[in-house]
Amino acid sequence: MEYELLEHEADIGIRGYGDTIEEAFENGAKAMFSIMVDLKKVNSQKNVKIKCEAPDIEALFVEWLNELLTKKDIEEMSFSRFKVKINKNDLYTLKGTGSGERFDQKKHKAKIEVKAATYSGLKIGKKDEKIFIQCIVDV
Amino acid sequence: MDLLNLKRITDYEWELPKQEEMRVPGMIYGNMQIIEHLKEDVRLGKDWNALKQIANVACMPGIQKCSIALSDVHPGYGFPIGGVGAFDTEGVITMGGIGFDINCSVTTLKTSLKEEDIRKNAKSLLDSLFKIVPAGLGSTGKVRLNFHQIDEVLMGGAEWAVENGYGEEKDLEYIEEKGRVKDADPENVSEKAKQRQFKQIGTLGSGNHYLEVQYVAEIYDKEAAEVYELKEKDVVVSFHCGSRALGHQIGTDYLKKLAEATKKYGIKIKDRELVCAPINSEEGQKYFSAVCCGINCAFANHEVLTHLVRKGFKEVFPDEELPKFYSIGHNTCKKEYHKINGKKKLLYVHRKGSTRAFGPGREEIPKKYRKIGQPVLVGGTMGTCSFILRGTEKGMNATFGSAIHGAGRAMSRKKAKHQYRGDRLLKELENKGIYVRGHSMAGIAEEAPGAYKDIVNVVECMDKSGIAKKVAMLKPIINIKG
Repeated sequence: MEYELLEHEADIGIRGYGDTIEEAFENGAKAMFSIMVDLKKVNSQKNVKIKCEAPDIEALFVEWLNELLTKKDIEEMSFSRFKVKINKNDLYTLKGTGSGERFDQKKHKAKIEVKAATYSGLKIGKKDEKIFIQCIVDV
Repeated sequence: MDLLNLKRITDYEWELPKQEEMRVPGMIYGNMQIIEHLKEDVRLGKDWNALKQIANVACMPGIQKCSIALSDVHPGYGFPIGGVGAFDTEGVITMGGIGFDINCSVTTLKTSLKEEDIRKNAKSLLDSLFKIVPAGLGSTGKVRLNFHQIDEVLMGGAEWAVENGYGEEKDLEYIEEKGRVKDADPENVSEKAKQRQFKQIGTLGSGNHYLEVQYVAEIYDKEAAEVYELKEKDVVVSFHCGSRALGHQIGTDYLKKLAEATKKYGIKIKDRELVCAPINSEEGQKYFSAVCCGINCAFANHEVLTHLVRKGFKEVFPDEELPKFYSIGHNTCKKEYHKINGKKKLLYVHRKGSTRAFGPGREEIPKKYRKIGQPVLVGGTMGTCSFILRGTEKGMNATFGSAIHGAGRAMSRKKAKHQYRGDRLLKELENKGIYVRGHSMAGIAEEAPGAYKDIVNVVECMDKSGIAKKVAMLKPIINIKG
């Protein structure tokens, strides 16, 4: 399993799995975009670079997701594939890309909008030998 | 912490006693059914439960009287949805009490039409409104802004809209805060937030945002209905949406900044989403100012939408003017004076998924409505009904003049999507005489009436507890889902 959506009464929880934390970040982003569009319908035609940092790895996950949401609106894009590299110095820093194409309400079978990723339900864990990272997103 | 031992004050008022680090008790305005639902989440050991969130808010510095949950309460992030927290100037301002959809609001417009007029023309009106009101994920509006213009929106709110040809001067009187809050300084809003909003003014959004043509199905309070000029079978138009991407980005930006401030000022919080800053600190004031920008942006958005709805209506009913009945806001933090121990005190009132509901006499209420209290617009689900309530003196004292904002969800979106199918739901509703159109079938399934609490019960709790009194019930004929 790459990702799953979690039960939350008002909003939705997202969880990304991976062999590495980077992969879990990538799949977490997939989980978030799966709420908005049909990932299979979004071609990877354009790469958008993302850079962010945070004092801890959990907060970095929220930063990463929120940066993608910002780019989605400003560049009017849908994303379906993601690449992440994380470094730790004083802070955790992330360099990544979101790949996708210009947003198309019909073609991408647009569903509902994610407004933001939140610190709520934010945690890292392990399940069946995989690392996971999760948080609640506001819809 | 014992979250299950609630003290019954009346059948509709329950206290969560002050314990451990709680500075004040919790107060929940709901009946047995609502209380049991909350307790069940605790018993099941759910990761997110509203009683814990009520207690967490009660632990925050400067909180006054009690941490409040209204009858539409359900788990949120930080605050519960349906939550109210008022802090004095020695206290904090918190992200958890406002969220990412700043001033998500409801506007209701009046018509001179009756139910049967709409029934005869329902499909053409639906077509016309659906075409003219941009909605759904990624939709953009006709208004295009640059950095200079967006600053004017953030400072001017609905006034900006009226000055630019959207809506009318006389609308302003009938918007909370007259459509503009004063403390908005666009310097405190990031370029990213502004850029995200360039094309989003005059769009409805998605999720629980909607536009509905409704009729007055029942009047409960004749005197109030007369003041509000509402009669049975009258047609009104209501819509629900907020500050769009600008509000989302303000939330995102300040989530980070307030996390730093929480650390800097050594404030202990029980949930990471309750990041905050002392109200009188630089960070606190900047956040408050940014929230005010978000509030104004939502006001402007509503006024542009008002203009579009009027235009759409005129295509089918050329003589209709659609005067504004009222606009109210959820997800706000406002500077207000309230009585604490008999003394007037300046408070920062956070309303997360709840709305202002000022009682009779407050000068913030339009003159026409002042003697009976402000209208409280409560949005239902697309298959049931909505309500117009009025604010009360009891509400002023008990909930800082706040009331419910909607039915409140009872089922997760994930579960709703498994249980309902969008296309089937549309047919069922059409058989009941409700014409629904949306931009996403999955979105419609998630918003299924069955996924929400019973609004009649939720409203009854407000009425019976005296926090806000029922005036009229509205039933939908046309519903456009974002």
